[in-house]
Amino acid sequence: MERPAGVAPPWEYASAPESTDVVRLEDRYGLFIGGEFVEPKSGRWFPTISPSTEETLAEVAEADPADVARAADAARDALPGWRGLAPAERAKYVFRIARQLQDRAREFAVLETMNGGKPIKESRDVDIPLAAAHFFYYAGWADKLEYAFPGRGAPRAVGVAGQIIPWNFPLLMAAWKLAPALAAGNTAVLKPAETTPLTALFLAQVTQEAELPPGVVNIVTGAGETGAALVDADVDKIAFTGSTEVGKIIRRSTAGTGKRLTLELGGKAANIVFEDAPLDQAVEGVVNGIFFNQGHVCCAGSRLLVQEPVFDALLGKLKDRLQTLRVGDPLDKNTDVGAINSRAQLDKIAELVESGVEEGAEIYQPECVLPERGFWFRPTLFTGVSQSHRIAREEIFGPVLSILTFRTVDEAIEKANNTPYGLSAGVWTEKGSRILHMAQRLRAGVVWANTFNRFDPTSPFGGFKESGFGREGGLHGLEPYLAFDGGGDGGDR
Amino acid sequence: MVARATAVDAVGLEGRAAALATRSIKRDAKIWGLELAIRCMDLTTLEGTDTTGKIVAMCAKAVRPDPMRPDVPSVAAVCLYPQLVPVAVEQLRGTGVAVASVAGGFPSGLGPLDARLQEIRDVAAAGADEVDIVLNRSLFLGGRYAEAFEELVAAREAAVSTRLKVILETGELGSYDRVRQASMLSMAAGADFIKTSTGKIGVNATLPTALCMMEAARDFHDQAGRKVGIKVAGGVRRAKQSLQYLVLVHETLGPDWMTPERFRIGASSLLNDVLMQLEKERTGHYSGPDYFTID
Repeated sequence: MERPAGVAPPWEYASAPESTDVVRLEDRYGLFIGGEFVEPKSGRWFPTISPSTEETLAEVAEADPADVARAADAARDALPGWRGLAPAERAKYVFRIARQLQDRAREFAVLETMNGGKPIKESRDVDIPLAAAHFFYYAGWADKLEYAFPGRGAPRAVGVAGQIIPWNFPLLMAAWKLAPALAAGNTAVLKPAETTPLTALFLAQVTQEAELPPGVVNIVTGAGETGAALVDADVDKIAFTGSTEVGKIIRRSTAGTGKRLTLELGGKAANIVFEDAPLDQAVEGVVNGIFFNQGHVCCAGSRLLVQEPVFDALLGKLKDRLQTLRVGDPLDKNTDVGAINSRAQLDKIAELVESGVEEGAEIYQPECVLPERGFWFRPTLFTGVSQSHRIAREEIFGPVLSILTFRTVDEAIEKANNTPYGLSAGVWTEKGSRILHMAQRLRAGVVWANTFNRFDPTSPFGGFKESGFGREGGLHGLEPYLAFDGGGDGGDR
Repeated sequence: MVARATAVDAVGLEGRAAALATRSIKRDAKIWGLELAIRCMDLTTLEGTDTTGKIVAMCAKAVRPDPMRPDVPSVAAVCLYPQLVPVAVEQLRGTGVAVASVAGGFPSGLGPLDARLQEIRDVAAAGADEVDIVLNRSLFLGGRYAEAFEELVAAREAAVSTRLKVILETGELGSYDRVRQASMLSMAAGADFIKTSTGKIGVNATLPTALCMMEAARDFHDQAGRKVGIKVAGGVRRAKQSLQYLVLVHETLGPDWMTPERFRIGASSLLNDVLMQLEKERTGHYSGPDYFTID
């Protein structure tokens, strides 16, 4: 038989969508207060949609200040019981939540992707497993708190924590906030972002199934006004992850109140590639750094600094790699880049990209067909970017990479640090001594070497300068939820 | 070229290979991929016990892998020891299936150079279309790159117009950096294909190793303008593995390499698993191993 020869046709992967049958959505979700879902006193509801189809998934209650106060009261009422529980018993509840997250990982992953637009392979392989890992990690500390901070005196829970989280990693951020708070004996009022409330509400159901005492976790949904009400409510600590702009407002309103505050804000991270770097892996790291979760990542490597001798080679590889990125239906298991989280965010990205073009940077976008409905943005590279361009200064929070060059180590450090932010940085080089040198000089909370966007519950995460203060993850993430007898509480740091 | 070979980060490389291995290949894409895996297969037997009878049977299988399904394509080549080349040449004449022979002191490559080169000339003269030789790891790991390179250049000359596949024996090289260096050295010396393994040691083809070689081939093409093929060999037994390797080719080197001219899988037991998966895709259910011929 004659063997077919010659050049093959393009291999189109047939679509491989994850089934949404596992997810059972209610038409409406009330506020989760005192262990049950209740109607909002505000009487207002708002739709939450899928950004990839623009279909409404459910209606969600909008909490007004009275609703938020009710949630804070429920948390206050639950505090003595939860704080007074034997630590090992408290640990059991937190472990139980962790196991439930694993058991129901598929439901959580599909729901996260439906509501947030991120690729299922990311929610399946990153968001949900990491969220469970955070509960497991902090559950382990619950009965060891007195050994966690030697010399600081006896630890006790701070009280009621008000926690406000963003839309980019809805469940994971809820886990980052709730796990240490609960393990340390605090009760919490959590406000998920208005565009992505569903996995937090599903988590509320999971806490019911775990028989967590009522009022230990309360979830209030709504937009900025609800968040402002939570900041002003009778809580002992505010933990906020979100934009620097809102972070500044929160800092102002908590000043002088004695409320503790931690802020995890924006970033404009530099990914620095030296000429001796493992280039093919650097390309993967750069792609992961900026296109992971459509660039909706506060620590995204949105500025690429390339040493001039490898600029052409790296740029060529990056452009080729962008052509293979699969943009589209986030529920397809082969999708690399999903939907932009909201129309508002899409508009913001488009505006900043336009400014980049106007300021004279050269734009590159791969050819790819975008779905007709939903919010989409092509993976985008900018070359010829200088430090003074807006796209090199402002956080775009989208799949847009600004590429700059440098000549020497000192220049790389200077450019990397020349930003109001300081959340993360990446260094790509084969030279170990240079990695250590860079890590010392870069003003960023996390410095990754020959990798990017790698997370672990045992490792602290947080920023310098306008990227905020306080750390999440590890012991550093436990500390803000504890007060110590015989030592200063710290208060508003 | 060896000294300037780009560094390879093991964690990143393995992460990328693992991520690509989760690509979900379904329906038409799966059927097309499985058929391509057959068309790219070097059906192999490299045993001291190989006889004329064994080769005759394997050649029949190579030409018509599934007697019940004449639409299933033939494999790319059969791969065997030099002494049996004439048998395969006879059996495969006019079928389009190529005859590939190992040579050059396979698998160690440490016999006298003259004898190794003569062996290459001999198999070429006996009618082999392709010759699989080994990189001299003794020279390469000893840092004698120039000598290793010269040996390959001599082998290239001895192989005349036959397709030259250079086996790096990646399981013995110790690091991905070395794999990348050996790839560049072999391609620069004139290899038509670079091949992972002899199949004679414990560690054979792996996804990250193959990816590393593909990245080297991509750079070599960018720098030298010549397209060098990739052959994975040893340990590829399941249809799913063959699809994973094809995904690596597809997303690293692109459609130009999705052809038997530039991609091969050397395997002995893979074929029947691919046939079984093909049958499953077409009929919706699995049959048993007895429904596929063993040759």
